[in-house]
Amino acid sequence: MISTRNLKRRLPILPSFLMLALFMAGPIVWALYISLTNTSLTGTAAQDSQFIGLDNYLTMLGDPDFPNAVWLTVVFVVGSAIIGQNTLGLFLAIGFRSASKAIKKTTSALVMAAWMLPEIVVAFAAYVFFNTDGTLNQILLSLGVDPIAWLFEAPMLAIVLANIWRGTAFSLLVYMAALDDVPEEITEAARIDGASSSQHLFLVTLPIIKNSINTNLMLITLQTLSVFTLVYTMTRGGPSGKSTTLPVFAYDQAFRVADIGYGAAISVVMILIGVIFSVIYLRLLRSEGDKNE
Amino acid sequence: MKSKKTILGASAVALLLVGAVSGCTASSEEATSVNSEAEQKTIKVSYLVNDGFKQLDDLFNKVKPEFEEKNPGVVVELDPITGTDSDYTTKLSLMHQDPSTQPDVFYQDSFLVRSDVAAGYLLNLDQYVSEWDEWDMFDEGAKGAGQDASGSVYAISMGTDSRGIYYNKPVLEEAGIDLPWQPENWDELMADVRQIKESTGEIAFNTYSGNGAGEGAVMQGFFMFLYGTGEDPLFDNASGKWVIGSQGFRDSLAAYETLFQEELAAPVEEAADGNMWQKVLGPWIKDGTVAATIDGSWVPRMWGSAGGDFEWPEYEDEIGVAYMPSQDGGSKVTLSGGWTLALGSETEHPEEAFAFLTEALNYENALKFYVDNAQIAVRSDVAQDEAYQSANKFVPFFTDLVSSTNFRPATEDYPRISIAVQQATDDIMFGNKTVEEAAAAYDQAVIDIVGEENVIRK
Repeated sequence: MISTRNLKRRLPILPSFLMLALFMAGPIVWALYISLTNTSLTGTAAQDSQFIGLDNYLTMLGDPDFPNAVWLTVVFVVGSAIIGQNTLGLFLAIGFRSASKAIKKTTSALVMAAWMLPEIVVAFAAYVFFNTDGTLNQILLSLGVDPIAWLFEAPMLAIVLANIWRGTAFSLLVYMAALDDVPEEITEAARIDGASSSQHLFLVTLPIIKNSINTNLMLITLQTLSVFTLVYTMTRGGPSGKSTTLPVFAYDQAFRVADIGYGAAISVVMILIGVIFSVIYLRLLRSEGDKNE
Repeated sequence: MKSKKTILGASAVALLLVGAVSGCTASSEEATSVNSEAEQKTIKVSYLVNDGFKQLDDLFNKVKPEFEEKNPGVVVELDPITGTDSDYTTKLSLMHQDPSTQPDVFYQDSFLVRSDVAAGYLLNLDQYVSEWDEWDMFDEGAKGAGQDASGSVYAISMGTDSRGIYYNKPVLEEAGIDLPWQPENWDELMADVRQIKESTGEIAFNTYSGNGAGEGAVMQGFFMFLYGTGEDPLFDNASGKWVIGSQGFRDSLAAYETLFQEELAAPVEEAADGNMWQKVLGPWIKDGTVAATIDGSWVPRMWGSAGGDFEWPEYEDEIGVAYMPSQDGGSKVTLSGGWTLALGSETEHPEEAFAFLTEALNYENALKFYVDNAQIAVRSDVAQDEAYQSANKFVPFFTDLVSSTNFRPATEDYPRISIAVQQATDDIMFGNKTVEEAAAAYDQAVIDIVGEENVIRK
């Protein structure tokens, strides 16, 4: 009886399960399959692709561009998401609690604008901002500083800053909501006990919103791992591969070199990296939950 | 209550599924009914458009109404694709993946014909050209550009091109170079270029380079050096194998190294940008920022087109042309490519699609395209036309160069080999690799692409 009842209860989630299988698991399985073939965009292998086993993965191990792309991806994720968006979002949220309405409104409008705009628009705006003849250099010039070819000299810095601008709003919203859950009494008690503001932050606020921090870190890490449009529009992965993160590397191999199989293999590795990050964050979340119980 | 909920849930699922399925059938029924009601045949024509290339868009917008009037019941759907050459190539390859997105007629770079034939994207046109009385007007080289290895026709040439050096006459005069300028070998070229650099301090000699420039980095760049180092420097025609380990390849890389290290060429941050040609052919060659540049025979179309972004009517007086000399002198170096029109392999209306193609390439329209787009004529009848011969001042120079031209190896592996050559120029330009290292990396890349058995050491 119970099993039938359970079955009936679970029936309503069937559609979402089917959707997930079709639109999430489907492409992943497909990418896995393609990555084991020599599928190409042109030439004989486009029409008649062969199963080549793990050849694409072996090629990747010997490809000097691959570790470069992994490293740049790590720099991008850690720099723009984990340090940049996360910390900035947190401090803005804390600052907003004591800021005047006017400041709060203008700042959040600026931060939210980048979040609401389509990624391609943000990317072009950032491109124009960092361009050699762009806004940043015009400002520097008026301050008497020689212009710098940002996208050429410091492409990673440019895309990291652009992505911080683009994504901080998300962390800000998560932390604004989380901070609302910090009980007023605890804050007051800490103040009466003479806690300094940094003590208050590290010993009271952060431990209370720890779960939100973990969730936020997981979401923005996964989002940032797959950022393509921003990087491709600003630098195309260049110059000479100096900002080729994994998504750009996969695109280049699949669509510029026309080697779809190899591009798919890189995508599969990207999925694995995402899974590893998720498992770490989920572990952290779960151990925290256990303690509360 | 519970059972009611379950029923509700189940019926919702059922509704969803039915909705999805019926949605699909309804839309496909709709599509067929529209077709049969009007008894219309739609031909989708896909082609490239960008800042420097609007001539084909002009041509097709002229041909569309003419063709539709002559062929009632056939509708031409123009599908201009905006982007760079390589964006266009990628998009087109993706469109070929499914019959519902594949164009019926499309603009295709000749160097991709063989690999796309091997991929099964192009329709065999043997039967159609055999019934086309104007086919005999096309010269042999042009016919070859659209054939596969067995000689079957898959694409029809829209014109060809050649490459040389454009230079700013006042700038060279100022630098003390005798005009008309014509270096006879690489040593002379480098000596003159250094002299120009002394005088202007700006870009003395532009050659395209690096991954950003794509196919331009080899055609209007590296190959102009490589093909001056001896016979068959890239692909050995006799054995049908790819050449690796050659001195000519290293010498050409060394020439690139000199140009970039001595800052005779464009600064690397500019050269790395795939859109640098817009600056070179726009402001830079006019104001002397670039003294001389390797480029294609089509460039005058850009300066000559009134109202365009590159309009520069004075170019006929300000610009001179020289051929690219071979390494040790004694011959002219140039390369030819060109674009074609082809039909999608899955087209439902091959007759109508081919009719559109022939309409677009008839005498009048071919002439218009050759003239507007500064193409070198491939139809022998149009080549005699006064309007073609006087289209721009440099037509005789570039047409004459075709007699000593080189074509890219017509094999399906070429596009990937080209990427490897672009990588080598990229590494040299950025100083990431020495000449020996870049040449060794290229050799390895070629072996990876075609296999040890298909390379020859020279």
